[in-house]
Amino acid sequence: MIVDPSWLPPLGIAIPLAGACVLLALAKFVPRLVVDTVAMVTAVAGVVAMAFLVVATDSGRVVTWVGGWTPKEGTSVGIVLAADQIGAGFALLACGLTACALIYTWRYFDDAEAHVHVLILLFMAGMVGFSLTADLFDLFVFLELMSATAYALTGHKIEEPRSVQGGFTFGVVTSLGAYFSLAGIGILYARTGQLGMPQIGAALDRHGMDVLVLAALVLVLTGLLVKAAVVPFHFWLADAHAVAPTPVCVLFSGVMAPLGLYGVLRVSTTVFGGVLSVASLHGTLVVLGVVTAVLGALLCLMQRHLKRMLAYSTIAHLGLFLVGLATLTASGVAGAVVYVFGHAGVKGALFLMVGVLLARKRSVDEFDLYCEGRDERLTKWLLPLGALALAGLPPFGTGLGKALSEESTGSVALTALFVLVSAATGGAVLRASLRIHFGLGPPPQDTDVDTTKGDDEEQEGRFPDRIPATMIGAIAVLMTGGLLVGAVPAVAETMGAGAQRFLDRAGMLAQTLHGASATAVGGVEAEWTWAGVLLGLLSAALAMGIGFVGVHFGLGRLRAALKAPLHVVHRLHSGHVGDYAAWLVLGMAAVGALFVIT
Amino acid sequence: MTLLPYLVAGWLLLIGCFGVVRSRDLIHTVVCVAVAQSGTYVLLLSLGFQYGASAPVQGAPGPVVDPVVQALTLTDIVVSATVTALLLALVIQIAKRQGTVDPDELDELRG
Repeated sequence: MIVDPSWLPPLGIAIPLAGACVLLALAKFVPRLVVDTVAMVTAVAGVVAMAFLVVATDSGRVVTWVGGWTPKEGTSVGIVLAADQIGAGFALLACGLTACALIYTWRYFDDAEAHVHVLILLFMAGMVGFSLTADLFDLFVFLELMSATAYALTGHKIEEPRSVQGGFTFGVVTSLGAYFSLAGIGILYARTGQLGMPQIGAALDRHGMDVLVLAALVLVLTGLLVKAAVVPFHFWLADAHAVAPTPVCVLFSGVMAPLGLYGVLRVSTTVFGGVLSVASLHGTLVVLGVVTAVLGALLCLMQRHLKRMLAYSTIAHLGLFLVGLATLTASGVAGAVVYVFGHAGVKGALFLMVGVLLARKRSVDEFDLYCEGRDERLTKWLLPLGALALAGLPPFGTGLGKALSEESTGSVALTALFVLVSAATGGAVLRASLRIHFGLGPPPQDTDVDTTKGDDEEQEGRFPDRIPATMIGAIAVLMTGGLLVGAVPAVAETMGAGAQRFLDRAGMLAQTLHGASATAVGGVEAEWTWAGVLLGLLSAALAMGIGFVGVHFGLGRLRAALKAPLHVVHRLHSGHVGDYAAWLVLGMAAVGALFVIT
Repeated sequence: MTLLPYLVAGWLLLIGCFGVVRSRDLIHTVVCVAVAQSGTYVLLLSLGFQYGASAPVQGAPGPVVDPVVQALTLTDIVVSATVTALLLALVIQIAKRQGTVDPDELDELRG
């Protein structure tokens, strides 16, 4: 492109903010159609700008010093935005999912006022800013912008007791995490006198590691790990997803939680890359990832509330992403990012299909909906397909991402983890779908008291006769997107080169601080292999097994067999905000201990 | 610079968390979150403070305290106002819908 691409990153943040302001000003005077159109145009403009940015990053990192405060001899008082393919890719994903959520919202909330659209656009601005910034304090500000709008969106259905409670828990836990992050940023500023990530990184290289720097690392990561819903910081996620409006769940699961992981990797490599040993970071992240994946998969199998089931599946997948990222190699990072993109499409489509069930059948409870969905033509076939895609069926993006991550770990045990965890999450969704749409298995017995039921959710939208075309369109777009991420080789190739650039710390510091031109980086092998295809098919087959066995050997009997340990796990997820805060502090200590041990 | 303000900041952060853990009233929980955040104000301001320095105004004689951390603290206060207001609004709705603000009695979401 001939035009200087350095105006694109600020534009990505400015477009949704401007759109939100226009909407607020107009909302009182114009009909609903205009509100929807303005919001939609804004989101699409964001998609276009970020698509240009992804293309522009192909020839090197795009660095913007906001307001022209460029550094003199390596020091600067300015704020820097730095976009590589991965950051720009995440920004594009955020804009794309926002557009899908808005299409779906078009007819979904029949009583929605403009403030839902405004909040969604502000949320988008926060996510784009978070992906593109290279300034640590700005990272915190965008984290808070993302969080505050997210609490408001979670508690949107203020008439409903559960909804406000979920929003409150989400708000308290995430806020506490963010304050620990801010304390960490303060300590880093005291140590280095800098707030930009490359500047702090360069200063820490000269300073070296000490106890205070390690404390700052743990504090900064805490807020990001809370956002990423890594065990034991994950409690808020299931509660928030269970009660948030369905289109908002798409954004939470598809991009907000993975952005937390992106932040973890960005901070730990760019800022601490020079003082933190690779083995230590790798060890810590792998342990966190494995625990998250296993616990998420286990809880996913035990759910009957469909949104909570999908939420725990997201936690399990976040664990898998973290294991991929923890390799700290270009192939592992590329695999995890492709996995995130594929997962966003598939999981988004699954959430929207649950939304369709909620709109038509007034319930999201697996037991309650038994046999109820036999007449659903759309979800009857798409929901099982989505479940298999979640398990990693080729050629979906989830399958490719899973295959690339498995290969990059180079470990049989971790490969088995990927296969089993993805199969468990897919199997749980498939089991629910087989019961609801095909009436397989005996009628489920309503005996357990440990889990949240889904039968008294407030109905969103009323469509007894026909599903609106906009809702079908959003589902189709997300499902196709999830497929294309795996089927179009260009996506994985771009992310392969992006991962090389993301991990090229020296090049990042040189380019941002000293104005060096972008160095060339090689790509990595990021394509389907026979082993990957076979393992993907194996996962899908296992998921079918779990699904078909699950309908007969249902929750009740499985739970009875494993009564005592499962009861403990369920009791831990008490929905009590105080318990969650205690886990947060304990988790912070655990992360610190992991860094010291490994 | 003495160690005292850093100890105070750490104490506020942790006692705020402890308050959230032990709280029996959601209003109290929200205030405890605000207390934890006050810890970050104290930390940031004490980072930039030096004895005998004046306010960071252009033309001030002698050394001035660090204006950057003061700007950060202001931003932090804006964040705090937003989050506290939002959380309190949610508490009001919880009280209206559930008839209680005791977290021990709110067990709709579990497992």
